[in-house]
Amino acid sequence: MRVIESGIGELIQPPDLDNFREWNREKKSRALVDKVMTEAEAVSRFVYDGCYIGTELYGTVRCPMSLAREVVRQGKKDLRVAGQGVTELDLWLGAGLVKKLDITYIGLEVYGTSSALRRMVESGQIDTVVEWSNGGITWRFKAAAMGVPFIPVRAMLGSDTFKYSAAKVIECPFTGQKVCLLPALILDVALIHVHRADRYGNAQIDGISGFAFEMSRACKRLIISTEKIVDTLEIRRDPERTIIPYYLVDAVVHTPYGSHPGEMVYCYERDEVQLREWVEASKTEQGTQTYLDKYVYGVANHQEYLELIGPERLGQLRAEEEGRR
Amino acid sequence: MSEAEYNPTELLICIAARQMPDSVTAFIGTGIPMLAASLAQKMHAPHVVSVFEFGGTGAQLVRLPRAVGESRTFYRGVAASGICDIMETATRGFIDFGFLGGAQIDPHGNLNSTIIGPQHHPPQVRLPGSGGGNDVGSLCWRTIIIMRHDRRRFVPQVDFVTTPGYLDGPGAREEAGLPPGTGPYRVVSTLALMDFEPESKRMRLLSTHPGVTVEQVIENTGFELVIPKEVGRNGPPTAEELHLLREEIDPEGFYI
Repeated sequence: MRVIESGIGELIQPPDLDNFREWNREKKSRALVDKVMTEAEAVSRFVYDGCYIGTELYGTVRCPMSLAREVVRQGKKDLRVAGQGVTELDLWLGAGLVKKLDITYIGLEVYGTSSALRRMVESGQIDTVVEWSNGGITWRFKAAAMGVPFIPVRAMLGSDTFKYSAAKVIECPFTGQKVCLLPALILDVALIHVHRADRYGNAQIDGISGFAFEMSRACKRLIISTEKIVDTLEIRRDPERTIIPYYLVDAVVHTPYGSHPGEMVYCYERDEVQLREWVEASKTEQGTQTYLDKYVYGVANHQEYLELIGPERLGQLRAEEEGRR
Repeated sequence: MSEAEYNPTELLICIAARQMPDSVTAFIGTGIPMLAASLAQKMHAPHVVSVFEFGGTGAQLVRLPRAVGESRTFYRGVAASGICDIMETATRGFIDFGFLGGAQIDPHGNLNSTIIGPQHHPPQVRLPGSGGGNDVGSLCWRTIIIMRHDRRRFVPQVDFVTTPGYLDGPGAREEAGLPPGTGPYRVVSTLALMDFEPESKRMRLLSTHPGVTVEQVIENTGFELVIPKEVGRNGPPTAEELHLLREEIDPEGFYI
């Protein structure tokens, strides 16, 4: 197989598949163990300085925001991050926790570019930035989920997105055509927010599943936060809805409104007031610090955060959600 | 603002919406493409199948999605899957149209949404990055690019090819390994509608917006546009289009 071209970006997290197999054999229990714990415990046990970490789906949509805030609260630093995100990664960037970035998209969608990203990247405070497409980064998770070292795809070819990635172009040994090979991406830690899970970690998601399927199978540690904790019987009644079976999961954190200020389909709408507050605050370092002081450092946990937001607004967000109509 | 008056964004949305035939699949990104697809659905193309990158397929775009993963992207849709399914569906040749935007575009329709300036890291200005843009531009059959029209955006060479257009010209996409028969189809700007000359794969003026002259388009383009003998005129937004946009599609005024 002839390599025609190589991206010049750093391979921030080289895949080690045999080690991953060993890990999955030794460190992931098949026993039904109660994994319910607090955010503080989950983050302090499984997230560590310098780890390679990813979140799913993204800031405004079914995102483990309470876990993201806890990572900031505990000041986990030098993070290497799979950069597909909105407000969750913005918080980490704003708090100065990110060192290396595999980036596909960090921005604020309707609210434009991310001020936090701009400050941290343009100043060089983030030392490494490697480019990928959205499909690209997810296919990297998919390769890891398949347990193989790389995956051939037909995107990224011919572009600078390829040039500044760590992908390779090869001549396909079967067709002779050029294809792009993406290296598997095995995360040290993944954070995923779901609609319901049992105490062991069997987790179900309603609506689109984003890249939860791939990411949950492409990580060494997986922290699930969930709107509801349900009895295993409820899972067993609808097993086809389980995206994440329990043995993939290391911690289950019960977090109603865990995606706030993002939405949770069929549960609550996104909180435009809160999102706008972050968009404005994040424009300056001072504003960022004030926001973090109030909403992250100034509260001990997710429960206190929710009290700060207030039951009235949360109730309103639940009422606004259109549900299954 | 009365129904007869309109702003540049509303015009842009209307022209973009009119490019979309009925009963096609269209990959929709954040922002104006969402409004254009929704408008097309309500006007002439009720069976446009909207496809959103995180899994929403065939939604009824009753309310404006504000994010490519949010619930409105699969509201009364036909499927709610995930990003791999969508990107692989595009790879297999099922997506007819894709919408794109960017900070810069060059004569061959290459797009930049990554950095501004000569150096990748640290850059002068950091933009969000590819997102699904590169996938859409690589894998959909025809892409429609939506841009504000000025010389800072229409440049001889983009600072970074985030998303491939026709790269260096005819044959370059195929040479790079991209699927044959794909590439930029239209550019809808705040001044005009453009396509790409088949022989040179260079951007060509098709028609200008109401009140815009060919000279104005040339003046606001930082490279030499192909100007055909006949340049058409785009009709202004109709009262019906404006009513739908303002009252039904974006009543919260997110974009217009």
